Amino acid sequence: MRKLIFASILLLAPALAPAAGGGAPLQAANIDLKDQASLQRGAGHFVNYCMGCHSLQYMRYNRMAADLGIDEATLRQNLIPTGAKPGDLMHTAMGAENAEKWFGTAVPDLTLVTRWRNPDWLYTFLKTFYADPSRPYGVNNLVFPEVGMPHVLAGLQGIQQPKFDEHQGQGGEVVKKVVGVEAAAGGSLSAEEFDKFARDLTAFLAYAGEPMKLERQTLGIYVLLFLGLFFILAYALKKEYWKDVH
Amino acid sequence: MSNEITTPGFLGWVDKRFPLTKVWNEHLAQYYAPKNFNFWYFFGSLAMLVLVIQILTGIWLAMNYKPSAADAFASVEYIMRDVNWGWLMRYMHSTGASAFFIVVYLHMFRALMYGSYRKPRELLWIIGIIIYLAMMATAFFGYLLPWGQMSYWGAQVIVNLFAAVPGIGEDLSVWVRGDYVISDTTLNRFFAFHFLLPFLIAALVFIHIVALHKVGSNNPDGIEIKENKDEHGVPRDGIPFHPYYSVKDIAGIVVFLAIFAAIVFFAPDMGGLFLEGPNFQPANPLKTPDHIAPVWYFTPFYAMLRAVPPMFGSQFPGVVVMFAAILIMFFLPWLDRSPVKSIRYKGMPSKIALAIFAVAFVVLAYLGLQPSTPIATLMAQIFTVLYFLFFLLMPIYTKLEATKPVPERVTK
Repeated sequence: MRKLIFASILLLAPALAPAAGGGAPLQAANIDLKDQASLQRGAGHFVNYCMGCHSLQYMRYNRMAADLGIDEATLRQNLIPTGAKPGDLMHTAMGAENAEKWFGTAVPDLTLVTRWRNPDWLYTFLKTFYADPSRPYGVNNLVFPEVGMPHVLAGLQGIQQPKFDEHQGQGGEVVKKVVGVEAAAGGSLSAEEFDKFARDLTAFLAYAGEPMKLERQTLGIYVLLFLGLFFILAYALKKEYWKDVH
Repeated sequence: MSNEITTPGFLGWVDKRFPLTKVWNEHLAQYYAPKNFNFWYFFGSLAMLVLVIQILTGIWLAMNYKPSAADAFASVEYIMRDVNWGWLMRYMHSTGASAFFIVVYLHMFRALMYGSYRKPRELLWIIGIIIYLAMMATAFFGYLLPWGQMSYWGAQVIVNLFAAVPGIGEDLSVWVRGDYVISDTTLNRFFAFHFLLPFLIAALVFIHIVALHKVGSNNPDGIEIKENKDEHGVPRDGIPFHPYYSVKDIAGIVVFLAIFAAIVFFAPDMGGLFLEGPNFQPANPLKTPDHIAPVWYFTPFYAMLRAVPPMFGSQFPGVVVMFAAILIMFFLPWLDRSPVKSIRYKGMPSKIALAIFAVAFVVLAYLGLQPSTPIATLMAQIFTVLYFLFFLLMPIYTKLEATKPVPERVTK
């Protein structure tokens, strides 16, 4: 038994390393990939607000429609830009050269954003733009300092003002640091409505990052049940054979 | 046992032309393994299982993967989304890489505990270390293939190690990459090597088993069961591998597969350890990630590399230490001077040394994953020294310590 414990500690060793993080504290996105209505709303938000610049270049329209329970008529009417076909990948209309020209940097593809970041990061990012006149677009972000993107959702959320923490630095100089944001003002959505908006969008992008996630979890249960049954038989067979070994 | 095998029917026809029954008997039905194998003896057969999983899933992945800088990243996502069961093949392959190292590390630790590297198993051990080296090379080549940020910058860091070799370093690293930076050319050749090496590993595993069956399996007591045979020439403490260990290994394989499946289906990233977050961004030669860490199974050696300070303006000493950490394992059979094989009968100094070694390995693995800080570097230096002391002091502590008497026959 002692060896078993020791071996399992060895096995777990890599898992003991903490996940990397940093920046402002993240807010829990609390997304539900089984909530198709939320994912559908999120898909609409993405197409309307994000896809002007960002692609989902590994995601196909019809795959999204099938997974999210969107019928083809709705897909064609509301989600596919003119000229695109349901089997196409979800490319933005804005070319990469234009992005370089207009934003000074390539606009990242967002298919996998929740995998190299994580859903909580994305949710917090969407919610924590704040006014910063020193930036080219007049806004900055708590979890993505010096972000090179305008606050696209400002019309919905309004503009948040930064909260500062001022204290004396080691050399006696005043250190001014953004530690949070004040409630937004001037948006068309209430704070709760905007949270829901950000949550739906995050859920959709988390879905897009790994469309087969629910499928793999369901299959996993069957595989584990099968292996459980198999183990009972395998163990009984082993016991039977080993009866005469002393 | 008669030397002439006479089998009837079709099998007889085959046996006259190919030693099928003979091979079956020699390696399975009449290969006598000690009857006291414990938990630690599952990992050899499990390692073979994982190798088969890796080769099969790898071949199916290669059917849709494109080894070019322009298409590699997209082709992996194509496999994940548009290829039927592609995601399962990919997750099994990525989880299998880590599983292979976990299983092999436990297999090697078993050998350390029970002295399975001692005479007459020196060659068996050396072949095993060669397999381990081939595995590391395969994993290194394979990690570039998804062409993510970590793939790219990890390969950049490792290939730059060659550049630290005095004199020929720069040319050597260009020769390895086929270019001045990691590029399409590098990806192409790494794919070729990644495809080839597993078959070399399979051949080495075959040789490993031939060597094992020549000398016979060791056991937790470190007793040579061949020295105590009955009137039929069968070791008294031996039982035929088949059916006893074949049925036992099946049970072990099912348990392993359950853990494996739990990871593949419920946590394929393993919190960023098996699939690193930054690798979900395509390789960008212009943007260095904040923190470059290899996958966990390389990090003990990576921590040693970073622990050695540059000397004479060169990183070469660190590279030497890193490779020495692996190469020193080749000498293990001759470093151990104990009259007994198994840890069970060795003295306290050997037990403590092995425990420190295991802890040092795990701590170095952890440190290799973390960003460098002065304290982490100091820790890495201390544990690097401890890692080497396990080997270098072995001739002394194994010789001086008092050992317990080894029983005649194997114990439970």
